[in-house]
This record gives sequence, C-alpha cells and structure tokens, in this order.
Amino acid sequence: MLQNLLINPCIKVIDTLGAVALFLFDAIFATKNVRHLFNKIFNQVFVIGAQSIFVILLIGLFTGLVLGLQAFYAMSMFEAQGMLGSLISLTLIREMGPVLTAIMVAARAGSAMTAEIGVMRISDQIDALTVMDIHPIGYLVSPRLWAALISFPLLTAIFNIIGLIGGFLSACVLLGLNAGRYMSGIESSVMLSDVNGCMLKSLVFAVIVILICCYQGYFVHTRKDAKGPVAVGNATTSAVVTSCVLILIADYVLSSFLL
Amino acid sequence: MIKKQSAVGIFVFIGLLCIGYLTIKLGKMEVFGSNSYTVEAQFSSVQGLRNGANVEIAGVQVGRVSAINLDPESYVAKISMKINKDIALSDDTMASIKTSGLIGDKFIELTPGGSDELLAEGSAITDTEPPVDLIALISKYVFGSL
Repeated sequence: MLQNLLINPCIKVIDTLGAVALFLFDAIFATKNVRHLFNKIFNQVFVIGAQSIFVILLIGLFTGLVLGLQAFYAMSMFEAQGMLGSLISLTLIREMGPVLTAIMVAARAGSAMTAEIGVMRISDQIDALTVMDIHPIGYLVSPRLWAALISFPLLTAIFNIIGLIGGFLSACVLLGLNAGRYMSGIESSVMLSDVNGCMLKSLVFAVIVILICCYQGYFVHTRKDAKGPVAVGNATTSAVVTSCVLILIADYVLSSFLL
Repeated sequence: MIKKQSAVGIFVFIGLLCIGYLTIKLGKMEVFGSNSYTVEAQFSSVQGLRNGANVEIAGVQVGRVSAINLDPESYVAKISMKINKDIALSDDTMASIKTSGLIGDKFIELTPGGSDELLAEGSAITDTEPPVDLIALISKYVFGSL
C-alpha cells in the first residue's frame, strides 16, 4: 500500500529527473562536428526565432497596450500617472517579457519540436541515425538547444521594446499622458541589473523549453498511456503544459534570487 | 517569400538592436569608457536613496549615485557619485538629499560653492545635508512638540 502510493511515484520522479539531466548533458557535450552543427543551428534559429517574430510582436504589442490601459486607470486614482512608465517598463522587463516569450515559443516551436522528434522516434528514424553512427541527441537536440540560447534573449528583447511601444500607444496616444513623463519614468527606473536579470531568465527558460520538448519527443516510445501516433499527440500536450508550468516555477525562483 | 538567410539576419539584427537599446539606453551601460569622475560624500542618513539615483544641479541632471555603503567605523552613510566630466565642482559644493514631489524618488541636489579649488577624482564633499524626515515633521506638528 505504502509502497504503491508513496515510494514508487517518488522513485519514478527521481528517475525522470536523472534522465532529463543526462539528456541535457548529452545535448551539451554531443557537439562534435561544429561546421555541420552551425548549419543546423542556423536552420533552428530560423524556426525558433525568425518565424516567431510575428507572434511575439503581436502579443508584445497587446500586452503593452493592456498594461498601459489598466495601469493608467489604477494610477489615476492616486493622480500618480507619472509612475506609469516605471510600472510598465519594470513589469515588462522583469516578468512579462521573459515569461510570455518563453510560453509563446514553447507553444509555437516547442510543440512542433516534440511532434517532429516523436514521429521520428515511432517511425524508427532515430534508430536509423544510431545505425549510421550519428549521435541522435547531438544531431537532433544540440542544434535546437544552441539555437534557443541564441533566439530566446533576442525574442525577449524584441518583446520588451514592442511592449513599451504598446504602453506608449495606449497611455500617451489614447489616454493623453504626457509622453515625456512616460519616457523619463522608463529611463529613470530601469537599471542594468533589471536587463541582466531579464536576459538570465530568458536563457534559463530556453534550456527548460528545449529540454522538456525534446525529451518528451525523444522518449515518446516509453510512454505508458498510449502507443504510436496517439502517444505523439499526448507527448506534445504534456511537453507544452510541463514547459509552461516549469517556466512559471523557475520564474518565481529566479525572481526571488534576483530581487 | 524572403530567403531563409535574410529572415534570420533580420531577426538577429532587430534582436540585437533591442538588446542594445535595453542595455545602453535604459540600463545606462557605459560602452565607450567613462566620461565621468567619481566624487564621494558622507551623510548622517541616506534613507530612501537608491543606487542610480539622479544627481542634480539647479534641477538639471549632472550625474548618478554609483554606490551606497556604510562606513564601518563612524556608522555614517558613504556614497559615491559619478559626475559628468564637463561639470567642474568647487570643493565647497554642498550636497543635500531631496525628494521629487511629496512621495517621489530621492535624489541628490548639489549647490555649487564659490571656492577656486576644484573637486578632483575621488575627493569628498564635506558639506552635506541628510533628507528631511517628513514623518517626523508631521508627528511633531500633530503632537505639538515643534
């Protein structure tokens, strides 16, 4: 009874943790053929980064717009609209930018990754790679990891800037706040440490998203709940959900360190 | 349809521009050496002053607070300010901590003196004034011991 309820799940969790950690080390150290890898990283920067620009611009703009709108009404209760710039910029740079970017990329590129690697697994293409003496993790996961480490900070920076523009549009253009007050609020409150923290967060989230999504796809054949194509579907769902949950948990932990 | 190279190039370029704006313009990172010199000052209290707070003369920003420390021997606050190179300060300059508005950020107001001796890199301002404790003033007014 106790064994089934308590000990077995604990062992399972620890096993999974170990497998994920080994997977990460494999992905980092399986970087052999740099020239070939460069090409793959380039392709993955295209998929993870360049193709995500549009959706990042869109949600960044609307996040900024709604922040400006809500904060303007909240602040005008105290006649403190001058603090709007600080509020929007710090919210975006410290929290919203890295988190929403990571969640969007997990949903957009991460799910595709899981499905792609998962289908490769169930159609035995990964075994074929092994037969050809190509390290499957080095071939499939490492380029995605490095590409994500390049793309995430860039996407987060784009998100922050477009969010600030969105806040400017709703607060200054629509609601008539003085543009100078908005800009000086931003410039006086954002410190280099905020920007560094933002970039650190985006790097950590990049590792989390790639690790979870590739792991779920790579080990799709070991799933207990289903076999074949259904397992790929389930793996994709759980990859996105797990990534989002872990992003938010890691965000809390990182924030408590950075503040 | 744009080529893959161009798309990645545009993405990386825009991303780097945004990172540059965030770090240099908003984060105030000093890229091309420092065009400022450091001046120190001791205050009996720097309550509410933050690292990076403005240093102003006549309401014009001339520098920033770069460090706030406690002097372990005399238990007074020791702050360092980075002042723009083109602002020369005489050695009898007075530094006082002010508040912008009633509940705004604390900043340091420098009042230039008349001496011919100029403050050099690393020298200290001796004439300082701690912030006005508004709560203490209000309670004195309320309880009438003014």
